Amino acid sequence: MNAEGTDYRPKRDLLWFARHRTYTLFVLRELTSVFVAWTVVFLLLLLDALGRGAWAEFTALAARPWMIALNVVALAALCFHAVTFLNLAPKATVVRLDGWRVPAWMIQGGNHSAWLLVSAVIAFFVLRGFT
Amino acid sequence: MRRTLEPYLWLLFSGGGVVAALVLPVLVLLFGVLMPLGVLDWPTAEHLGALAGNVVVRLALLVVVVLCGFHAAHRIRFTSEEMLGIARFDLVIALLCYGAAITAGVVAFVVLF
Repeated sequence: MNAEGTDYRPKRDLLWFARHRTYTLFVLRELTSVFVAWTVVFLLLLLDALGRGAWAEFTALAARPWMIALNVVALAALCFHAVTFLNLAPKATVVRLDGWRVPAWMIQGGNHSAWLLVSAVIAFFVLRGFT
Repeated sequence: MRRTLEPYLWLLFSGGGVVAALVLPVLVLLFGVLMPLGVLDWPTAEHLGALAGNVVVRLALLVVVVLCGFHAAHRIRFTSEEMLGIARFDLVIALLCYGAAITAGVVAFVVLF
């Protein structure tokens, strides 16, 4: 601000992200990171309980209604993150094979296949394993 | 040329984004939704303990926590600054965000090893 206090400052639009659908989607996509952070905490709670031999404590906590509700929202946010982030890959890297540019849908398809595969492997080891 | 940390932070962010996309949804689906709802039975502590007994699994878990932590920290840093218009406090916000990510990594290390 100068001596006379005549600097012009436009007022911030506090709801800019609600004015346009693309802005809203952008902000929702960015906010998935809050749920990524929450999931890291959830995972640490799980591992800590397991390490302390207090597994029943964790299962009781996870079964509380508010906890299930939170995790349902987190799951939706994580899926939104996964879809948008994996679809972004061909924009960040252009893959060329002998001069032929691998089309975006193939890279995205590969990413989503990897997502399915990794999920299946994790689910297999958590639920059954080789026993 | 001035060297900055930014490219390394971005690398951690994008690496974490991929790991978060591939690994986290199934974990929340299983441990956060299906098992608490009783759709699936909880695995026994012995079974999970045996899984975590494998050093490769523990290292993978550590990598997941660290990368996803940095991914979230980086995104929360810039999203909060843009949404709330508080970019002038960038240094403090950055320290808080990355500090939390580093803390999560340290906690994971202590718990796992």
